[in-house]
This record gives sequence, structure tokens and C-alpha cells, in this order.
Amino acid sequence: MMTGRFFLGTADRRVSTMIALLVAVAMVVPILALVVPAGSVMHMPPYMVALTGKYLCYALLALSLDLVWGYCGILSLGHAAFFALGGYAMGMYLMRQIGSRGVYGNPLLPDFMVFLNWQELPWYWYGFDRFWFAAIMIVLVPGSLAFGFGWLAFRSRVTGVYLSIITQALTYALLLAFFRNDMGFGGNNGLTDFKDILGFNVQATPTRVALFSASALILALAVFVTWRIVTSKYGKLLVAVRDAESRTRFLGWRAENVKLFAFTVSAVMAGVAGALYVPQVGIINPGEFEPGNSIEVVIWTAVGGRATIVGPIVGAVLVNAAKSWFTGALPELWLFALGGLFVLVTLFLPKGIVGVWGEWRSARHVRAAKPGERIEVEAPAAIARPAAKPASWVPPQDASIKAQPAE
Amino acid sequence: MSHNRTSRSHTILYLDGISVSFDGFRAVNNLSFTVDKGEMRAIIGPNGAGKTTMMDIVTGKTRPDEGEVFFDGDIDLTRHDEAEIAMMGIGRKFQKPTVFESHTVEDNLLLSLKGPRSILPALFHRRSAAEAKRIDDILGMIRLADRRDALAASLSHGQKQWLEIGMLLAQDPKLLLVDEPVAGMTDAETEETARLLKDIAESHSVVVVEHDMHFVRELGVKVTCLHEGSVLSEGTLDFVSADERVIEVYLGR
Repeated sequence: MMTGRFFLGTADRRVSTMIALLVAVAMVVPILALVVPAGSVMHMPPYMVALTGKYLCYALLALSLDLVWGYCGILSLGHAAFFALGGYAMGMYLMRQIGSRGVYGNPLLPDFMVFLNWQELPWYWYGFDRFWFAAIMIVLVPGSLAFGFGWLAFRSRVTGVYLSIITQALTYALLLAFFRNDMGFGGNNGLTDFKDILGFNVQATPTRVALFSASALILALAVFVTWRIVTSKYGKLLVAVRDAESRTRFLGWRAENVKLFAFTVSAVMAGVAGALYVPQVGIINPGEFEPGNSIEVVIWTAVGGRATIVGPIVGAVLVNAAKSWFTGALPELWLFALGGLFVLVTLFLPKGIVGVWGEWRSARHVRAAKPGERIEVEAPAAIARPAAKPASWVPPQDASIKAQPAE
Repeated sequence: MSHNRTSRSHTILYLDGISVSFDGFRAVNNLSFTVDKGEMRAIIGPNGAGKTTMMDIVTGKTRPDEGEVFFDGDIDLTRHDEAEIAMMGIGRKFQKPTVFESHTVEDNLLLSLKGPRSILPALFHRRSAAEAKRIDDILGMIRLADRRDALAASLSHGQKQWLEIGMLLAQDPKLLLVDEPVAGMTDAETEETARLLKDIAESHSVVVVEHDMHFVRELGVKVTCLHEGSVLSEGTLDFVSADERVIEVYLGR
């Protein structure tokens, strides 16, 4: 009967729709950008591809935050740090791809090192000339930072607002560190002037389109993985730790390990998002560690709906689309609009857009179900969803009224 | 020492001279008592007598400043933390019913079932027939078979108490510590809970902390009365309630 509900849940249907949508977008956008002629209304200009590709990276970042905040109650206010670290790892690969085409023509040292009169490549830049090495680092660096940080914090049972504050301190510390020239990451200019990725010109439209599609497919994969995690027994445990941590401990679970796993997976996802982001925007600098960035991620997730999988994606795309419009039309008002949006969502939509949508849908379902017998509602529902086992279907009256959208 | 070991060997819980202070307040003061294997014991005492602190010490949440706490004869509980102690076989029900509100009744039990407690097995967990049967049995025992798919948040107060007791049973502990199981229950629910606990006591050791004298009488077991962090009186309920010192504490001077 578990599997019955598993396939029947509207939340699961939303997840599969989202995956299908992302895969479709990954296939259609290349056609709109490359095949459809530039004059046509259906044509997607390159700047639009880069812009929406950026939104997808933000969506992945928001999804990663949702795994720890929505499902486990860990409000990380430093998630952009993992995003930026993944971005820097990708940036280092892209810098080493420039080779002797830099302003100073040094075949080994990136321009900023020549400018600082460095003679040798620092040891931690070794290996970044190979993509596979960079790919490992993109996962490993944010992952191990999150593991170490989480191990200390969760074992010491730092929770709630105290944990949020130290995550904020973490990203701020990294911001200050990366600003320093002698860190060897380009100081406040960061890493830029990229030329190639995997041998393809990073500025060329086909490369941008490929990066867009890669972002959409990786986001689809992340949605699938997150969905599998949160619907597993471990996922139920995550929510249990969120709702009653001491109960889980007295049942014999190590709550700190439960949190640590989710936090590490989440940081890896954020790192991958950053790595996809950097070649699409063409720069990574310490500004990405700005504490305000991490807070914005929280707002996207809250707006879309935390503890839903689709919510953070919807939130990230909508808020960033609004930001793009505002910063063009009314730049000085954007921060007020963002702050106001957060206040409104907190006060009136605590479950976010997707949560409210789910409630509205199930409320309608209940109203539709009331006049007739349960079985009459059940039959079409079962036809519409082939995997259904009608006998075990939860009656809508039961499922919906207390509906916390259990994704 | 050898004398201690033999005197401990038949006990499920052995507390000897434990004391603990918080900011100078002595919550538990040279407390000693033992519970035999298979026994059900009721602990009574006015507010602030140290009942909950005693449970915190036994379950590893609080470490005593001094004294010995042994479980099952020879396991020193002061050396272990909550999760380890839970895995050794001590289940604890909190005073305020604490269940996973956004999970169904069934999932609450699933998360409590005895089994591996590490991340990977939980991630790739598939429910076995044995587990499903165990959940069915417990649901029947705690009178919640028809609420299996309901969210725990939608249960009545009394049903949450039962669910939490069911979660302890799912752990398959040797000893259950049950803190105020009938607080806020109707009379009918209270009687039902007494029956439930008596059923459970047939195959487990149980320590029940309770204020409700009617309920304690219904359990019909040995009573330990705590006051200001130590044992004031111990014996049958009739003996304890006839004790001058107990009357003084409960009725005031």
C-alpha cells in the first residue's frame, strides 16, 4: 500500500512532470536557438539562452537548500558558499584552458599571477588543466567542507538560529579570504576571460546552448535524486529529525549523522550548480560569497514552497525572472520588492506557491468528492494514473485536509 | 564489588547514590532504587521530585555528577549516549506526547522498528513482510489499526500517547520508561491505557511515572515515591499512601 500511495501522490506527479519538462526544455531550446532562423518569433536569442541557463543553476542551488532546510529544518544561510566553491573549481579549469592566449602570453600562469609577479603555479592549481580533475574537485571541495563543518556543528548539537549564524559566518569568512590576492584565486577580480571549455569556444552560441541543456538535464537528474532521497525511509527520517529530533535520538537514530548526510549531499548539489553557472556567466569572483546571496536563495525557496521538490525550482525561476525585469525597469526598487515579497510569503503563503497550489487542488478535490460515493471519484483517478491500486487509495477527505504537501 | 555484582544481576535498572545539580539546584539527591527484570514499577512524587531528571539520567540525556546507573545488571549507562542506550534496549516515552506529526501513524512505527540505524540501509530500505506484520501487530495492540494512514498530527491527545507507546514497542526494548502516559486522557482512555501497559508488562520491564493515583491503583504494582530528588517511600500503593511522610509531602504541613 506504500507503493500505492507512492505513485498516487499529486506531489509525485508534480515531480515527474518537472523532470519531463526539464528534459523537454533541454531538447527544444537547442532547436529554438540554433535551427529556427534569427528573424522568426520562435527564435531564442543567445542572451536569452544564457539568462535562462543561469536561472536553472539558481534553481539547482535552491533545490539543494530545500533538501536541508525544507526537509531537515537546517536553515543554512551560507549555501552560496558551496555554490561559489564549485564555481571556483570550474573557473580554475577554465583559466588553465586559456594557456598562452592570455594578455601576458604565459603558457602556464594565469594573467593575474603574472601581474602579481608570481614565478610558479601554486600547488593547488595543479591538475586543473584536466577536466576530469576539475569535475572531481567540483564535487569534493564543497562536499568535504560541508562534511567537516557539519560534523563539528551537528555533533556539538548546534541547531536553529545559532547554526544559521555560523553558516553565515562561514560564507563571510570565505568572502574575505577569496578577496585576498595572495590566496591565489585572483583576488577581488576573481577568474574571468575564459576561452574554451572541453575544446569549444565558451562564447559561441552552440556552446552556450549545450551548457544550457546540460544545466537542464543535470537539474532533472538532481530532481530525481532528491525525490528518491526524500521518499525513502531515510527521507522520512529527515523529516522526523526536523519535527522531533530528540524522539529520533531516543529511538536510537544518530540525528547528527542524518543531518550530516543531507548537508553534504546538498553542498555537492550546490557546488555542481556553481560549476554550471560559471561558464555561462563568464566570471567567478568573491562577490558570490556575499552573505546576501545565500539569503536570496532562502527567499527563492520560501516563495516556491519549501519541503516540496518543485517549489524551489519554481521560486528560483520566478524570483530571478522578476529580478531581471526589475533591474532593467526599476533598478532602485528591486531590493524593496524582494524584501516585500519575503514578508508577504512568510505572512500569507507559509507553504509557498506550490504548497498553496496543492492545497487549493485538494480542497477542490474534496468538494468534488463530497456529493458522490468515494468509489466514483476513485475510478477516474485510477484510470488517469496507471500505477494506481484503487483498493489502497487514501480517501480524499483524509488525505487533503491536513495536507502538508508530503513530497 | 563482587557483592554488588550479584545483587545487581537480577535487576533491569540499578541506581545507586546518584546526584545531579543544575546551577546549584540539586534535582536528584543521592537517589537509589532498583527495578527487577520483568517488573513493572510506578514512580510517583510531587512536581520537582526529580522524576523526569531520573529518566534523563537513565536514557543518557543527562550525566549524573555522582553515583552508579546500571542497566540489565552490568551495563554502565553513564558511559553511553541517547542513541546507544536506545539501541541497548531502553525505550522512553516523553511527558508531552512526541510523535512525528507530519508522518502517518504507520510511518511513525516504521521509523521506530528495531533494525539497523545507519544512513545507507535507511536510504535503500525495502519493507519486508516481517516488518509489515510487526507493524500490523503493534497497530492492533495500541488500538490504532483503523488510523494507520492518518497523519499523526490528526490523532487525539490520547491516541498520540498510544502511538508513542507503540513506537517504543516497535523498538523491542527490554525496559520501557513511560512518563505520564495518561496525562490529559479521558477516564475511558485511562482505563484502556492501564490495560495496554499491563499487556506490555507481561513481556517487558516497565517504569511508569504518573500523578494519577487512580491509574496507579489500577496498575496494581510496587510504587516508589520520590521527593526532593530521593526516595521517600517504597512499597505497595496502600503502604506508600499510608506513610506519614508521603501524606505530609502531598497534603502539606
